[in-house]
Amino acid sequence: MGRLSVNLCGIQLDNPVIPASGTFGYGYEYAELYDINCLGTFSFKGTTKQPRFGNPTPRIAECTAGMINAVGLQNPGVEKVISEELPKLKECFHKPVMANVSGFSIEEYAHTCEKLDKEEQVGWLEVNVSCPNVHGGGMSFGTDPKAAAEVTAAVKKVTTKPVIVKLSPNVTDIVSIAKACEDAGADGISLINTMLGMRIDLRTKKPVIANKMGGFSGSAIFPVAVRMVYQVANAVSVPVVGMGGVTTAEDVVEMMLAGATAVEIGAANLVNPFTCRDIIEQLPAVMDKYGINTLQEIIGGAK
Amino acid sequence: MKQGRFVIKENKQLTDSVWQMTLCGDVSAITAPGQFVNIQLDGRYLRRPISVCDVNENTLTIVYKVVGKGTEQMANMQEGELDVLTGLGNGYDLSVAGENPVLIGGGVGVPPMYLLARRLIEQGKKVKVILGFNTKQEIFYEEEFKALGADVMVTTVDGSYGKKGFVTNALEDLDYSYFYTCGPEPMLKAVYRASTTSGQMSFEKRMGCGFGACMGCSCKTITGYKRICKEGPVMRKEEILWED
Repeated sequence: MGRLSVNLCGIQLDNPVIPASGTFGYGYEYAELYDINCLGTFSFKGTTKQPRFGNPTPRIAECTAGMINAVGLQNPGVEKVISEELPKLKECFHKPVMANVSGFSIEEYAHTCEKLDKEEQVGWLEVNVSCPNVHGGGMSFGTDPKAAAEVTAAVKKVTTKPVIVKLSPNVTDIVSIAKACEDAGADGISLINTMLGMRIDLRTKKPVIANKMGGFSGSAIFPVAVRMVYQVANAVSVPVVGMGGVTTAEDVVEMMLAGATAVEIGAANLVNPFTCRDIIEQLPAVMDKYGINTLQEIIGGAK
Repeated sequence: MKQGRFVIKENKQLTDSVWQMTLCGDVSAITAPGQFVNIQLDGRYLRRPISVCDVNENTLTIVYKVVGKGTEQMANMQEGELDVLTGLGNGYDLSVAGENPVLIGGGVGVPPMYLLARRLIEQGKKVKVILGFNTKQEIFYEEEFKALGADVMVTTVDGSYGKKGFVTNALEDLDYSYFYTCGPEPMLKAVYRASTTSGQMSFEKRMGCGFGACMGCSCKTITGYKRICKEGPVMRKEEILWED
């Protein structure tokens, strides 16, 4: 086992670097650029029971040190993901993959997770109760501890693989939601999804994004993410996957010191498609610089 | 697609708001006219997608309009290096051009027509070009297209130069085997309606990544959902589904 290796819910990762859902497709776009088998794993594009086109465009707005997106869970639906996307993914990625799932009802979450749980290559299910870009679903489950727990319990009932619940930062008390998910059987918690944001175009005097609001991500949100990962990691006993604005190898180390067992990287991939590969290459030197022997030993080190 | 460092060789103003930048670097990923590059700028989070105007052995020419802070920053660069993703998008398919295709560029949609015209002329095609602008002061590249050997017509909305009106006014009287176009969406729509042959049009949309990962620039077509940055920006007339 290497210096970078970590154990996420019983599965050993070569390193803690995980491209975040929605920024890495089903892997093959990036496989044209580099061998994505260098990654710890990756979380594939959020999948729902039915196919979705998503929101009208424009879906993207730029911000200082970040961006807002309101894609709205565009995906071909779980049947096509299994029949068309996973076979393509399998050709370029040979490790367990994280299946990201979203839904509009508890039944839909359970249905999609049950299907993906049976896929051999799926190592973990990441249940997104935090998408800010769809109405009547996603985030509404993640802003109420009771609803988040119900989704978690329903998914756990029909699956065998580790279930990681992905939380929204757009809440008053993220710790209570994380604890409710843990109590309902979650094997891990990942956070943070994007923060609800908005931009207005001075020329048109209208919102830049067609959906008006969207999820704010990018390096600007990193300190908020570190704080929330720290709070949650200190309150639950299951592993925490930290994300939100991570851009460099130093950010990965910081997130792990805050309590993350593994680290997801999102928006940074969209700016520089080689970000995750570069971070993995740079981690040993950063560890040397800060006197870190193995990454596993620094998890939650900042007390 | 490739990521590379490009050295700025020249950055010159063509009109009040349009600039031409020549960059030196590895252009091997650029395989077709109509493709675009995505440029990283200091202090800007997202890259700036800009269409390829011309490409040679190791030089890339882009022509861009200053519309915001990013392009304003570009206009102020006289030297230095840029981090550029090249070879993005599908580009135009030249194989279906026929013998006398017409190329229609409107405003900042003119630049991708240049490399397309050059390639088609190199193939021995008789190329007609319609360049549409609002007014005489905005005109650029008329001489460059003529130098390639294209038959060039210019239209201005206010009639201050060339034929008065829109590009479609010039298209009306023309005999052509196929059309290629790039410009603002209302112009594309007008060309779509006025054209009497099949053709290809290049679309613009606000993008996140520019290489197919984020789904920020999706659109609906007759043949399914497409990403402007990946399956586009060039669409065939027959697959276009106007959303309004």
